[in-house]
Amino acid sequence: MNRIAGIIVVDTERCKGCGLCVEACPKKIVRLTEKSVNKKGYPYAIQTESELCNGCTSCGIVCPDGCITVYRKKWKEEQV
Amino acid sequence: MTKENIINPQNLVYKKPSLMNNTPMHYCPGCSHGMVHKLVAEIIEEMEMTDNTIGICPVGCAVFAYNYLDIDWIEAAHGRAPACATAVKRLWPDHLVFTYQGDGDFACIGTAESIHAMNRGENIAIIFINNAIYGMTGGQMAPTTLMGMKTATCPYGRQADLHGYPLKMTELAANLEGTCYITRQSVHNVAAINRTKKAIRKAFENSLTGKGTSLVEVVSTCNAGWKLTPVQANKWMEENMFPYYPLGDIKDTTKE
Ligand SMILES: Cc1ncc(C[n+]2csc(CCOP(=O)(O)OP(=O)(O)O)c2C)c(N)n1
Ligand code: SF4
Ligand code: SF4
Ligand code: SF4
Ligand SMILES: [Mg+2]
Repeated sequence: MNRIAGIIVVDTERCKGCGLCVEACPKKIVRLTEKSVNKKGYPYAIQTESELCNGCTSCGIVCPDGCITVYRKKWKEEQV
Repeated sequence: MTKENIINPQNLVYKKPSLMNNTPMHYCPGCSHGMVHKLVAEIIEEMEMTDNTIGICPVGCAVFAYNYLDIDWIEAAHGRAPACATAVKRLWPDHLVFTYQGDGDFACIGTAESIHAMNRGENIAIIFINNAIYGMTGGQMAPTTLMGMKTATCPYGRQADLHGYPLKMTELAANLEGTCYITRQSVHNVAAINRTKKAIRKAFENSLTGKGTSLVEVVSTCNAGWKLTPVQANKWMEENMFPYYPLGDIKDTTKE
């Protein structure tokens, strides 16, 4: 079976907490921090359930500040 | 599959374009300017034109664009970017020359420069960020402000008898002989962003092949000036801006 897994890495210091990536994620697995802020004082984006991420890149594409890097790996189940 | 297995250069599918440096952009969170900067960086990188592009910055929030994209830039006086680009392109005809301008810059203070550069058919690309407001100076009314829209200088909303009507510069530009490609796009979701990228790429190619002036209007948000969150601003734009500033190609003589 073909499997696909994605993961995002957020540059949390560059992030401004605008929330556009949160809105854009079709899997609803990106949210903003509620208790911590970065050095600029902004809440920042974090991925919650990375196992649901398929690396679609939507969050990265909509980020106006280019804070999100997306990785995607495809593999066949039996290889694991 | 472990995280370490996935986070690996060979699995990289999206990252900030390398032409966009790491200087933090001064834009408000969620501002459309950042989004369009990113597209411009991606396109120039993909066209391998990094060393042969000259951008002309406006006055307005994008005044510091030169700090973020590592290409050659000139900072023009308010509204004068098309005049500046005219000179640059005529002196370096093999260069990709573009202006990046807000609505206050392109459609108000620089109206004369904008119209005459397009009417002369200068081989430049104009990226026109229409957020219907003077973002930088505190959200005053612009010629593009919608009817009824409240701004710092029309707190009761724009009224025709006092302020006239919102100016559709892009439709106006389409009537000029010198223009070859006129389109109106937006960057509020992935599909729209991809369309805008194609449009800017085409405008840039037209500058290189000397087909005339290309204009890409990007209907944009100024969430700070509109006093909305970035997500609300996108919704407000869809509901209020798009009916008056409909998206899509308006003119394309390059197909003929
Ligand atoms: C000759 C001159 N007149 C007025 C100003 C003040 N001013 C600076 S930015 C601006 C408006 C910018 O609005 P826009 O072009 O829409 O850009 P935005 O900030 O919305 O992206 C004005 C009037 C100036 N800097 N120079
Ligand atoms: S890559 Fe797609 S699925 Fe994964 S977090 Fe980003 S938007 Fe969500
Ligand atoms: S879109 Fe970018 S800046 Fe905005 S919250 Fe997400 S990562 Fe942060
Ligand atoms: S004032 Fe408006 S246009 Fe300027 S950076 Fe803020 S949101 Fe963007
Ligand atoms: Mg403006």
